[in-house]
Amino acid sequence: MLIQYIIRRFFSAIPVLFGILLVTFTLARVIPGDPCRAILGEKATQEVCDRFIREKGLDKPIPVQFWVYLNEIARGDFGQSFRYGMPVARLLVERLPTTVELSLTALLISMVVGIPLGILSAVKHNSWIDVVTMIWANIGVSMPVFWLGLMLMYVFSLALKDTPFWLPPSGRLSAGMSADPFYIVWGWSLPETGLRFAIAQFLSRLNLLNALLTANWALLKDALTHLILPSVALGTIPMALIARITRSSMLEVLGQDYIRTARAKGLPYLKIVFKHAFRNSLLPLVTVIGLSLGSLLGGAVLTETIFGLSGVGRTLYDAITARDYGIVQAFTVVIAIFFVILNLIVDISYAYLDPRIRLD
Amino acid sequence: MTDQDVSTKTAVALDAEGLSLKSVSLWQITWRRFFRRKSALVGLGILAVLVFIAITAPWIAPYDPYKPLIGIEKVQRREKPCIHLLGCPKDRPQHIMGIDGNVRDQFSRLLYGARLSLVIGISTVSFAIVIGTILGAIGGYFGGWVDNVIMRIMDVLLAFPSLLLAITIVTVLGPGLINALIAISIVSIPAYARVVRASVLSVREMDYVAASRALGGSDGHIIFKRILPNALTPLIVQGTLGIATAILEAAALSFLGLGAQPPTPEWGSMLGAERNQVFTAPHLVFYPGFAIMLTVLSFNLLGDGLRDALDPRLAHVSG
Repeated sequence: MLIQYIIRRFFSAIPVLFGILLVTFTLARVIPGDPCRAILGEKATQEVCDRFIREKGLDKPIPVQFWVYLNEIARGDFGQSFRYGMPVARLLVERLPTTVELSLTALLISMVVGIPLGILSAVKHNSWIDVVTMIWANIGVSMPVFWLGLMLMYVFSLALKDTPFWLPPSGRLSAGMSADPFYIVWGWSLPETGLRFAIAQFLSRLNLLNALLTANWALLKDALTHLILPSVALGTIPMALIARITRSSMLEVLGQDYIRTARAKGLPYLKIVFKHAFRNSLLPLVTVIGLSLGSLLGGAVLTETIFGLSGVGRTLYDAITARDYGIVQAFTVVIAIFFVILNLIVDISYAYLDPRIRLD
Repeated sequence: MTDQDVSTKTAVALDAEGLSLKSVSLWQITWRRFFRRKSALVGLGILAVLVFIAITAPWIAPYDPYKPLIGIEKVQRREKPCIHLLGCPKDRPQHIMGIDGNVRDQFSRLLYGARLSLVIGISTVSFAIVIGTILGAIGGYFGGWVDNVIMRIMDVLLAFPSLLLAITIVTVLGPGLINALIAISIVSIPAYARVVRASVLSVREMDYVAASRALGGSDGHIIFKRILPNALTPLIVQGTLGIATAILEAAALSFLGLGAQPPTPEWGSMLGAERNQVFTAPHLVFYPGFAIMLTVLSFNLLGDGLRDALDPRLAHVSG
């Protein structure tokens, strides 16, 4: 049953993926200005442009162009970036790890703090813990990410300077800190092209993972201290949402008859809370975590801009201001596809947690 | 115990004594339930203050929000706040939130900013509600391929993280406040379309709708007079919470330089313009962000209060 559901859910994502590609394809064609100069730069001569248009097939009918575009995406060819003078796909391998690391740490922080707070305020309903958590959660969802980031930066990088609590205001690593990729430390010799190299490079740019793989503890500590402020800033909104939803769904479950029965049987209260109640309140939590992923990816643009991290969000923003449409188009597609896949995973875990959904 | 239980019980008790109870309408119950929630009242209070500030900004603002004070007063760029009550020398002009990077009074600009934020929030959401309602109603009412096409388009819009989609749309349209508002509206349409469609689907097959059709009611009449009133409560809740999101997103776009352009006193762009000065002039970053937070908070609290008040099912949960 679950397999069937996964297959069905997978196929229903195809029209959405098609729509995403159609939207980004259209966007690239309605962007003001001529595509050649948008991609090759303002200084491109007429001759260069004519050749470019012929080579890119921009003189062909629109449906043919769309078909070519689909084929390119399927082959992992996202075009060239005129600003960086390299294939966009390579740029992605370079920049995506920063964003992935940041978003995952933010999500982890928000879950590790948000879920226990939510459970605690449900168990201690109407106590001061509950009241404080809820006031804080309401403020948390209302804070602009960029403001919180700047304020954290002010407090931890300036006000707490010369204390053990000082944290670096920007970047991923301190100046002079070198991060040897694990595949070099391990003595792998990989050809500079191809998928295997791309994957190895991608993984090695996840600083925390790379530090663990190479047992480089100084690097691990440095990467962690740089990651704390941005991920706390980015994780605060999801944290508040998670705390709220955990609390309300726990309250609903705790009020049910079978919980009373369990208590009447004399089961330890903690066991009731975690085994009987929490497992049944997971469903709304999974939904909220799924929804938070969108705000995480959006918030990453702001967080990366503030903390000077060259991740996908920052690169996308720079590309927009520099009118590097190749990057804009490719990154939007990749982020949207990433988002669709994440939602797919959320839906599947939903079906795993609640067997009734598979029958729908 | 819910209100319903209480009122029926009291009614029974009163009847037994030969007395009658005045009937209470649904809206009265809703208002009572709303006013019993402290957090909702806090939200309403903050919002009332903001609306007051927005309306009276020209009279209560001590300075012009656009005009630099160069040659008018002896103040420095990005000067720290000077509050007479807190010991700032009386011979210096009072600027309770300091001076911004263009030698203007930060406090006056902040007051004017309330106008923009409220207008941004309400106008984007109104636009999104109108379009979303039309799409959702058409999809839900007619069903079939129309519904399929509309909802698949909504799915595609939802497939993009909303801020990123808004950024991309602004790129196509060009930076500016109006384009930012259009982008945020487009991004929030799916939420309303879904809410309306769900309400329409839940009542479409009901007897009273069939009766209205049998009486010769046109599609338009049935949709607007018979079906859509059912979508009103979820729309009010979604809309109030949507204003909060819209204000946050507009502020984010302006912060990135894609929304309101300087010298407009918009909180997000005020903050964005001074973000590199966070270490040297933190007051220029702190106050605009705090104002955004308060505004968003007020709509969030209000929305939550309305949801609890309008949906009796939740009344016992959120206590």
